[in-house]
Amino acid sequence: MSGAPVLALHGICKRFGAVQALTDIELEIHAGQVVALVGDNGAGKSTLLKAITGVGPADAGVIEWRGRPVRIQRPRDAQELGIAGVYQDLALCENLDVVGNLFLGHEITRAGVLDEIAMERRALELEPLAILAKHPPSVRVPVATLSAGQRQSVAIGRAILSRPELLVLDEPTAALGIEQTAQFLDLIDRLRDRGTAIMLISHNLGDVKAVADQAAVLRHGRNNGFFDVPSTTHEQIVSSITGATDNAVTQRTTKPWEDML
Amino acid sequence: MKGADAPGDAGGAKAAGRPAEATRAAVRRGGGPGDPGRPGLRRGLRSLRDRLRSGRLGALPVVVSLLVTWIVFQSLNHNFLSPRNLSDICVDIVGPGLVAVGIVFVLLLGEVDLSVGSVSGLTAAIFAVMYVNHGVPEWLAIVSALLTGAAIGSLQGFLFARVGVPAFVVTLAGLLAWNGLMLYVLGASGTIDLGNHGLVAELSGRYLHSAVLAYGLAALGTGIYFVMTYRDNRARTRAGMAALPMWEIAERTAGIAVPSFAAAWVLEDFRGVPLALLVFLAFVVGLDFVLRRTTYGRRILAIGGDAEAARRSGINVVWTRVSAFAMSGTLAAIGGLFLTSRVASVGQTSGSTTLLINAIAAAIIGGVSLFGGRGTTWSALLGILVIQSIASGMVLIGLQTAVQYMVTGGVLLGAVILDSLSRRSQKVHGRA
Repeated sequence: MSGAPVLALHGICKRFGAVQALTDIELEIHAGQVVALVGDNGAGKSTLLKAITGVGPADAGVIEWRGRPVRIQRPRDAQELGIAGVYQDLALCENLDVVGNLFLGHEITRAGVLDEIAMERRALELEPLAILAKHPPSVRVPVATLSAGQRQSVAIGRAILSRPELLVLDEPTAALGIEQTAQFLDLIDRLRDRGTAIMLISHNLGDVKAVADQAAVLRHGRNNGFFDVPSTTHEQIVSSITGATDNAVTQRTTKPWEDML
Repeated sequence: MKGADAPGDAGGAKAAGRPAEATRAAVRRGGGPGDPGRPGLRRGLRSLRDRLRSGRLGALPVVVSLLVTWIVFQSLNHNFLSPRNLSDICVDIVGPGLVAVGIVFVLLLGEVDLSVGSVSGLTAAIFAVMYVNHGVPEWLAIVSALLTGAAIGSLQGFLFARVGVPAFVVTLAGLLAWNGLMLYVLGASGTIDLGNHGLVAELSGRYLHSAVLAYGLAALGTGIYFVMTYRDNRARTRAGMAALPMWEIAERTAGIAVPSFAAAWVLEDFRGVPLALLVFLAFVVGLDFVLRRTTYGRRILAIGGDAEAARRSGINVVWTRVSAFAMSGTLAAIGGLFLTSRVASVGQTSGSTTLLINAIAAAIIGGVSLFGGRGTTWSALLGILVIQSIASGMVLIGLQTAVQYMVTGGVLLGAVILDSLSRRSQKVHGRA
C-alpha cells in the first residue's frame, strides 16, 4: 500500500437545504484495499458514495485521485477517472434488456452502429452474471422480468464491466441469498487481488468482517473512527456506529469486549 | 385466443410467477436446442399467448384495428379498398405521419410535444412567404423552414430539460405562440398559393409509374431485411449465442414481404408509387434504425425507461432530451412541407390542432407508450394509417367530420386503455 492512495477525500461537505449531510469527511483508499463504510441509517454513507461517483457532487472539500486534485461534478467525470458504482436502488433501466443495461453509457459500436453481438458475448463472459444468478436468465430479457437478486447481479456486472480502479458498492448483498453472497464476497477478494480499490457500504457486519481491510465509521455525517478490521471486534465497530463510545459512562460500565464473546 | 387455450400447459401460465415467465422467455429465446421437435405453428401460438397474457402486445393491436377498419369500410363501400383510394390514403398519411414520427422521439422520453401542429404550420408559412412572396430560392426557403423547426424544438427542449419547466406546459405555450406567429407571418393575405411548380409542389404530386420499380422496391426491402436478419443470426450462432430458429426468420420475412408486395401491386394498379410515400418510408426505416441500433437511440430509450438511471450511467440527459425535441420540431417542419404540398397552399388553418391530435393519436394507436421507453417509428406509420383510413372511409360513406372525430377519439381511447392495461399486466407478470 505504498504510494499515493487511489482516492483521498479531504473535508468533504454536502448540504441538502437545512440538513448538513456530510461534514469534513476524510477518507483514503489504496489500490488493492477494501474499505468498508459503515454507519447507522442516515449517517451519510450513500451521500458520500454519490459524491464520489458524481451522482450528487460534494459542495466543498478536495477529492484527490492518485495524489492529484480532481473535480467530480457529473457521473461522467467519475467514470473517466475509473470509478464505478453500484447504487442501493440499482439504477437500472427496466425497459432495456440485460445487455442494454450492462453497456449503457459505454456501448460497443462498430461504424457507429451498436455491436449487439460483441456486447452480448462480453456479457456472457461476465462473472457476476454467471455465478450470481441462480437460474441464469437470457441476457436478452428486459430487466423488468428479473428477480431482485438477478437485478443486483446485473448492477454489479455493469460496475465491474468497465474494469474500474475504484469500485464503490452500496449494499451490494442486500438482495442476494446466502450462497450468492458468499460467491460475491469471493468476487470482491479476486478484484482486490487484481489491485482494484473497493469501497463497500454494508449493514451486514459479517460481510464487512469477511472482506474489508479497513472500516471507516460515519456518524451524523462525520467521521467517527477508522478501524483495522482484522484486529477489531464486531462490538467495537458497533459501538462506534451507535455512538456508544462517545459516552464516558457507558465506556466505564462496559466490560472488555473480549469477555463478552 | 380461444383455440390457443389448449391443453398441455394446464393452468401453468396463470400461476406462473416471475421466475417461470423468465425461464420460459429464456427457453423461447434459446430456440431450437431446447425442444427441437415442436411444430412451428403450435409454438408460435404458444408464444403469442404468452405475450398476450403478459401484456407484451407489440404491433398486434394496431394491425388488428387496421384490418377491422378496412373490413368495416369495405363492407360499407366497395370503393374503399380500390387502388385509387388506397393510393390516396398512402399520400395523405405522409404529412401527419412524419409529424407523428417526430412525436415518437418525445413520447419515448415519456414526455409530450403539443406544439408540433403549430410548428408545422409556422414553418410552412415561413417557406411559402420566402419562396412565393419574396422569391427566395426554393432550397433556401426549405432549409430555413427546417432550421426554424429544429430551432423551435431545441428551444422548447432546453426550457424543459435545462430550465425544468414541464414539457406539457412549454409546448402548450408553443402551441399558442407559434400559431400566432404563423398568422403574423402570413400577414393580411391569409393564404399563399404555391402553384404547380417547384420541389415542394412535386413532393406529393409525383408518382413513379414503373412496375419494375414498385416490385423491385418491395423485393429489395424484403431482401435486405432477410439478409440482415440471416447474417446477424449466423454471426450469433458462430459466437455460440442463442439465435432465432429458421422458421421464425422465414415467418418474419414473410411478414415484411406480404404487405410490401401487396402495396406494390395496389399502387402500381393506380398511378404508381407515390414519391411522398417513399420519402416517408425512408424516414420511418432510417429513424427506426437510429432508435434501435445506435447509441443515440439507446440513450433515448434509457431516459424513457429511467431518467435517473440513465444519468448515473453517464448519459448526458439534458442534451439527449433537447435533441429529441429538436427532432420533433424538425420532423414537424418536414411534415408541414408535405401537407403544404398536398393542398398546394398555406393558409390560416394550416397546422391546426387536428394535425397535432392526429399525430399524437397515431403514435399512441401504433403502440408507443405514453409512459415512455417503448415504441418505434413503425408505430407512427401504422397508427396514422388507421387514422387516415377512418377519415377516408367516413368521407366515402358520406359521414361528417363530427362522426369521424368521435370514431377516431374512440380508437385513441381504446389504444390508451390498452397501453395502460398492458402496462399493468406487464407489472403483474414482472415485465415493467
